[in-house]
Amino acid sequence: MSTAPTSRSHRTMLSRGRQWVPPAVTVAALIVVVASPDAYLQASISRMAPFTVLAVSVAVVTGHAGLPTLGQVAPYAVGAYTTARLALAGITAAPVHLAAGALAGAVVAGVLGAALVRYRGTVFLMLSLAVAELSATSAAGWQAVTGGTDGLAGIPAPSLAPVTPALVDDRAVLLYAATVTTATTVAAILLLHGPRRLLLLGARGNEDRARASGHPVNRYLWLVHTGAGAVAGIGGALLIHTHRWITPADVGFTTAAIVLLAVVIGGATSLPGAVAGAVAVLTVRDVVALSAPGHAPLLLGVLFVAAVYVLPGGLAALPARIRHLPRPRWLTRAPDGSSVAEPVARSMS
Amino acid sequence: MRIIHRIDPNGVPSQRSHGDIDRAHGNGLVAAGLRHAYQRLTVLDLDAFTVAPGDRHAVIGPNGAGKSTLLNLLAGTTRTQAGRITYNGQIITRRSAAWRARAGIGRTFQHPTVYPDLTCLDCVRMGGWHHRHHPEYTPKQVLDLVGLADHADRPAASLSHGHRRMLDLAVALAGQPRILLLDEPAAGLTETETDRLLDVLTGLSSWIALVLVEHDMSVVAALANWITVLHHGHRYADGPANQVRADPAVAALYLGTTGGDDAERQ
Amino acid sequence: MDANLILAIDGIAYGLLLAIAAAGLTLAFGAGGVLNLAHGTLVAAGGYLAVATSSGTWSSLAAGMLAATAVGAAGGGVMAAATAALNRRRHLDQALLTFGAALIGGDLLTTIFGPDILRPRVPAVLEGTVIVAGRPYPADRLAVLGIAVAIAVAGYGGLHRTRAGRLIRATVDDRGMVAGIGVNPRLVDAAVLVASGALAGLAGALSTPILGVGPDTADTVLLLSLIIVVCGGLGSVPGAVAAAVAVGLVQTVGVTTIPGLAPYLLIFTMALVLLARRTPLTGEVHR
Repeated sequence: MSTAPTSRSHRTMLSRGRQWVPPAVTVAALIVVVASPDAYLQASISRMAPFTVLAVSVAVVTGHAGLPTLGQVAPYAVGAYTTARLALAGITAAPVHLAAGALAGAVVAGVLGAALVRYRGTVFLMLSLAVAELSATSAAGWQAVTGGTDGLAGIPAPSLAPVTPALVDDRAVLLYAATVTTATTVAAILLLHGPRRLLLLGARGNEDRARASGHPVNRYLWLVHTGAGAVAGIGGALLIHTHRWITPADVGFTTAAIVLLAVVIGGATSLPGAVAGAVAVLTVRDVVALSAPGHAPLLLGVLFVAAVYVLPGGLAALPARIRHLPRPRWLTRAPDGSSVAEPVARSMS
Repeated sequence: MRIIHRIDPNGVPSQRSHGDIDRAHGNGLVAAGLRHAYQRLTVLDLDAFTVAPGDRHAVIGPNGAGKSTLLNLLAGTTRTQAGRITYNGQIITRRSAAWRARAGIGRTFQHPTVYPDLTCLDCVRMGGWHHRHHPEYTPKQVLDLVGLADHADRPAASLSHGHRRMLDLAVALAGQPRILLLDEPAAGLTETETDRLLDVLTGLSSWIALVLVEHDMSVVAALANWITVLHHGHRYADGPANQVRADPAVAALYLGTTGGDDAERQ
Repeated sequence: MDANLILAIDGIAYGLLLAIAAAGLTLAFGAGGVLNLAHGTLVAAGGYLAVATSSGTWSSLAAGMLAATAVGAAGGGVMAAATAALNRRRHLDQALLTFGAALIGGDLLTTIFGPDILRPRVPAVLEGTVIVAGRPYPADRLAVLGIAVAIAVAGYGGLHRTRAGRLIRATVDDRGMVAGIGVNPRLVDAAVLVASGALAGLAGALSTPILGVGPDTADTVLLLSLIIVVCGGLGSVPGAVAAAVAVGLVQTVGVTTIPGLAPYLLIFTMALVLLARRTPLTGEVHR
């Protein structure tokens, strides 16, 4: 394909091979969990799925559009409440839920994006914070739809098709959640690959130059923001499918903050990194919640500070940083002077 | 502070021939009554500025004369505050920079950073994006034209200043502009690089119009057939290149021996 | 009519408190580009300290305000040191860092002071009411209003009449120029963060008699301050003061007259202000 970015050619064959290690490890781990008899473990893992999908959505906006956001909880919330309402109304087909969630999320993100994509950097972050606050307020305040602060409970389990049984078994839910999460992540990766990656990378690097070459940068960003809204909406549908209840706290400010943290830890431009970051943050949070209940914010705060100081570029940049550590002379291989690190450090400037 | 809303060929207070003006109205760029201020400081107040196909139009003047502002307004990089710009007979004052670029108004930048994260070849691809299915020249050929073929796979951020300037030009050319706005294309270039730049620019198709903001008078002399002199945002002189360059008032302006206000000419 | 007047006075008092809190935030953003998301936490810290110090005497009240100012300044100093270490990095990293600090600080405050809304013990005189426009009005609110006006006037004077104030304003306008006259702009950034922290602590102390202080204080103040900063134009103190008074009025008058829409009023106001702005904000890209 003539339009594929040539920067890929900078990667050595070796590191291209290494790319497949993390997904392989993930799949192996999943197989182990699915095969294990521990239903609690399976439920815990499947409950990470919606948050992981939300993290992918935030990584798309933060890393690929370069717009640091706390506001993706809005399409996430809309996707979740849409799904909950559909299920409560007797429509339990999971594909319908996913499609409706994606559509609702895209619409909300599209409307918000129309106002937001004109802004950059910390101002965007600030405005997206207002969006997060707005969605939390709406979730708590719109009694008739959201059930207010009590939320919605007793939501019927979804089924894959009208004829199949409902997804209630922990193992089945885990397989379903893992499949949706993987499919969504892979779809997002594929959509942001090739020519689109080139366009976004370029536009992010120099907006004026991109405009002067005829690229409507804000329109690109709006499209990415809207697409990420669809992803967040799918995450919202998955939230209902794996939890079967929802309260405003699930889509509140804390969720927005944690997911941004997960993305920052994951490395912003890397969607698999976001998945890894989400799983890491949730694991740490749940483990600590057991040993020191009520102190999740303290831990998150420490993680935030640590991520900024210790992990510039996030987990995804770690292999490159380790590779670029100064090493003894006798260890250096033949120079491949063309190798460049992925431009993660610039991703959010 | 005279704003002309409608320029008819007989009313333009410039020495341009009626033929030029007609061609500018038909296939070129006409800016009328452009005025621009940053806070309370007026940096540009230009009654008329026209670019016809094939023009080699230099805009010169001391620092702060409003040259870059003029270029940014024509390219749409800066939003127009007052005045009107038409292109191919169509009003484009409110059109975005991206729209204008797609319509054929290309530009280079005074401080070219291009796309730091992309390779040179990808930078040129970004520039020729809207012609990628029917390119006049392939990205490789454009890079070759500006002498960067050997750097195709290097990231733009790693280039020297001179090479980055040439890459910026290549990106602009890949967009197949009909009007090319050049913001100090020779600034910071070595003598060899300047020669290369002149080679490229003089070798362009004769119907492409060049608008050139430049301090280096040898570059202006080599390229321009028409010169507009800006001073404090006003048109100080305007005419055929050799005539303007021979004008003692213009030389005095550059040497700073006279203020602009007493020598104002319309 | 009179009831509305009382409401309006409430709104202005609230607005001025917010203005004191937001002025520092907007200056720190305008000068150094540091978006201090721990600002609300500093306000809450000041409030808690003032409550803890208060024992119903005038001297304890004064001591509480001083302590709150000091802890705010100290917090600002910590933020200045923490963000200065990232000075070569993106502004977003600084925002994330202060966000982490806000989470840590919030958790510590809740751990120390508990989850309840606390109020200070003020001298008996302030517990009573005074007659304003023929209506009884709480004396403590009037006192807060008076002090807030005094601080606003003093702040204006400091910003426009002193060398330090002029330097800060110059840094907001043009960092390069300040460096050109031999002052390190980063020093100005640090000073602004310390001063804005002190103002935040003071605002926290001042607001406790009226609003009390609780676990939600930090988030509420931060959100309101951010709205004020955005509406007022980033880096503009007069803009922030005007926006703060408007927000105060919307919050009090709006909440009483149309309670159903109260949560949305502010966001809608902000959206309107953003759309109506003629000069773009920093960080705004047209088209």
